[in-house]
Amino acid sequence: MTGQEPIVIVGAGPAGIAAAGVLVAAGLRPVVIDQAGTGGGQIFRRPEPQLSRTLEDLYGFDARRARRFRDDFHRLLPNIDYRPRTEVWDAKPGVLHLVDNGVVGIQRWSRLILATGAMDRVIPIPGWTAPGVYSLGGAQIALKAEASLIGRKVVFSGTGPLLYLVSYQYAKAGAEVVLLEAGRPFSDPGNLLPLASGGLGFAKGVYYMAWLRAHGVRLLTDSSPIEITHDRHGRAAGFVFRRRGVVTRLPCDAVAIGFGLQAETQIADLLGVAFHFADLQRQWLPVADAEGRASAEGVYLAGDGLSVRGSEVAALSGEAAAMALLKDIGRPRPAMFGRHRVIRRADRFRHALDRAFPFPVTAVCDLDDRAVVCRCEGVTAGAIRATASSSGETEINRIKSFCRVGMGRCQGRLCGPVAAELLAGMASENIQSVGRLRSQAPLKPLPLATLAGTR
Amino acid sequence: MAGTFDIAIVGGGLAGCSAALHARLMGASVALFEQGQCGAQASGVNYGGVRQQGRHVAELPLSRRSRAIWGNLATLVGSDCEFVASGHLKLARHDADMEELERHRQRLDDYGIKAELLGSAKLRREYPFLSKGFAGGSLCAEDGQANPRLVAPAFARAARALGAEIREQTAVESVVAIGSGFLVFLKDRPQPISARRVINTAGAWGAVVAGWLGDHVKEQVMAPNMCVTEPIAPLIGPNLGICGGGIYIRQAPHGSVIFGSGLGVADRMARRARPLADVTQSAAREAIAMVPQLANVLLVRTWTGIEGRMADGLPLVGPSPTIEGLFHAFGFSGHGFQLGPAVGAVLAELALEGRSPTSLAGLSPSRFHQDPTSAPVNQQ
Repeated sequence: MTGQEPIVIVGAGPAGIAAAGVLVAAGLRPVVIDQAGTGGGQIFRRPEPQLSRTLEDLYGFDARRARRFRDDFHRLLPNIDYRPRTEVWDAKPGVLHLVDNGVVGIQRWSRLILATGAMDRVIPIPGWTAPGVYSLGGAQIALKAEASLIGRKVVFSGTGPLLYLVSYQYAKAGAEVVLLEAGRPFSDPGNLLPLASGGLGFAKGVYYMAWLRAHGVRLLTDSSPIEITHDRHGRAAGFVFRRRGVVTRLPCDAVAIGFGLQAETQIADLLGVAFHFADLQRQWLPVADAEGRASAEGVYLAGDGLSVRGSEVAALSGEAAAMALLKDIGRPRPAMFGRHRVIRRADRFRHALDRAFPFPVTAVCDLDDRAVVCRCEGVTAGAIRATASSSGETEINRIKSFCRVGMGRCQGRLCGPVAAELLAGMASENIQSVGRLRSQAPLKPLPLATLAGTR
Repeated sequence: MAGTFDIAIVGGGLAGCSAALHARLMGASVALFEQGQCGAQASGVNYGGVRQQGRHVAELPLSRRSRAIWGNLATLVGSDCEFVASGHLKLARHDADMEELERHRQRLDDYGIKAELLGSAKLRREYPFLSKGFAGGSLCAEDGQANPRLVAPAFARAARALGAEIREQTAVESVVAIGSGFLVFLKDRPQPISARRVINTAGAWGAVVAGWLGDHVKEQVMAPNMCVTEPIAPLIGPNLGICGGGIYIRQAPHGSVIFGSGLGVADRMARRARPLADVTQSAAREAIAMVPQLANVLLVRTWTGIEGRMADGLPLVGPSPTIEGLFHAFGFSGHGFQLGPAVGAVLAELALEGRSPTSLAGLSPSRFHQDPTSAPVNQQ
């Protein structure tokens, strides 16, 4: 790779745009590649232009940050090479392979900042493939981008701060909401002080809970999902869960599932970045130094794609990665004061959140054999267990090659972590030794004609 | 486990796992050592074609014998490994290709393998999904396909069930010939294993193993660039190939279309291989050129694995030219999957009985035999 190639940022959410801001301030003109049509990432996702809604309506407490982000982004636009609606489908040192409106192309890079964000972590509750069942993020997108609700009577099942936020947004928008929290977030008194250290972040959470309770929204902790039932048209019609030994069926017309977030790490994986298993978040994450340098030459990581820590830290880590990059190429850097302290404080809060809302491993291990874990290939929990038993193996890539779990269109994004938990659970095996699914190109399915360049 | 075996096998690909199974069936004590997992390299990540048609004549006796084993997998290893005799259709680009296919048909016939030549009209009638313009083709109906991911592990399990020692994640550091046999030194183990015979089925690492014992040959590596689509309704019957090489396409029983053309990159020492985006793109172009309806089908995954390649494109199968009791089978050059089951059977026969009813003429390791002082081993 030559020094003449541009610096490329993947992702135009808080981390990517913050990184771009630092590079532009240093007189550089980065290429910014993003899947979405406008900057903002998932958190500041924008509605279609014809749906005029105020930022306060859309983002609540975060309206001011959303406005600031939007202003920053527009100020940056003339100084960056912005490539919206562009997907990365393959990556190797010095080159990204892109698809933009059905046209493939390449983007060379001398340095690369990956700010690829996070996606919902889903547990495949039996019945989850029925129409009317959404991921939590999907439910939020419907609201933010399309100003519509996924249903009138909506069950939110899962864990994590986002569950409360989206429930609040839905209740506020007029939906009848029931929130089923899988864990018991405040059962550990030792965790309350670290949670409170989150300041505004903690206050927001408390506010959502108080608001939900004040408005008569049922909020039940310790609620393990059992099954999503459907009507005769196959649409989601009820949610069955167990709480303190009692099984209850709630009628509903839509379900949103979200068991926290998982980092989107596929591009880093293709580039050969090293990974480690983060016990608290219970997921594989790319390794980076304190400033965001990855183990692969010229690659930097920032935001939730490095570790899910929320949008404020994402922006700070984006700045940090850009600063590290400037240092590495011998450019003078804009002064940056106290950032690491801010990140460290935010980290403490995040750590407390991760402890308050752990991924409910037992809910996966207890999955019924009939649960369809890999919906692309129709592989059930029972089939995965049977494959492990008959082969005597538990390594996830081996199990994939034997029973096809994770071989479908989503490339195991959704089902891979679930299958790994199942395997670890049944073999009383350390989840780390089960391993992680390797990423393979294309990162998103592409028609052959697109690859062939004939369309 | 006891430290002495009749046979030690280095490399748990399909040939090695089949050798372990067949040697156990013949009553020998067997230990197999695999540095990773059985069938994780070329044997497990190949295209999955089970084809006799289109092979060099030197491979036909092995290929013929293998075909019989493929048809009997369920009995032999407890699973058919998704083997289906879907046929293999080799397409002719022009009349000269048709003449070549006819000459090949006659050669196949000499070995009892039946192929049928189709003219362009019949080809279009029977395979309307093909693009126009092919001069014809040759169909070998008893050829077919299987799921490569399942086969070597199934042989390994069957061998283990019969009492073979199958040791995965166990790298061999060196093999030394001693008067009465061999010592096999394993990584991180102080005590060597001793064996009367050694079978080297180390695939892309085969020449390295051979070199330890003084058989110096050059073995390159290759990494076939494989592509698979989302499942689609049944469209393609037989596996497709074309004269002159290039694109090959099959539709697996569950609906995915698997195709390949060209090579990715392989790093033998790091045991890493990866497909290349531009090779994938040109394979997509070739696939559409052969089967136009694939244009709108989604590609979901690409992969590759590390395979050994010999200068003449033929594997090295048979006794060592220099060391008594040592047998090689490696360098399958991208077409060893179909041969694997018979290679294992023949190696077991050679190692235990000193001969095999299956001819290996033309595949002998001695064809590359060089004076070790003048030809250092190529470890690229």
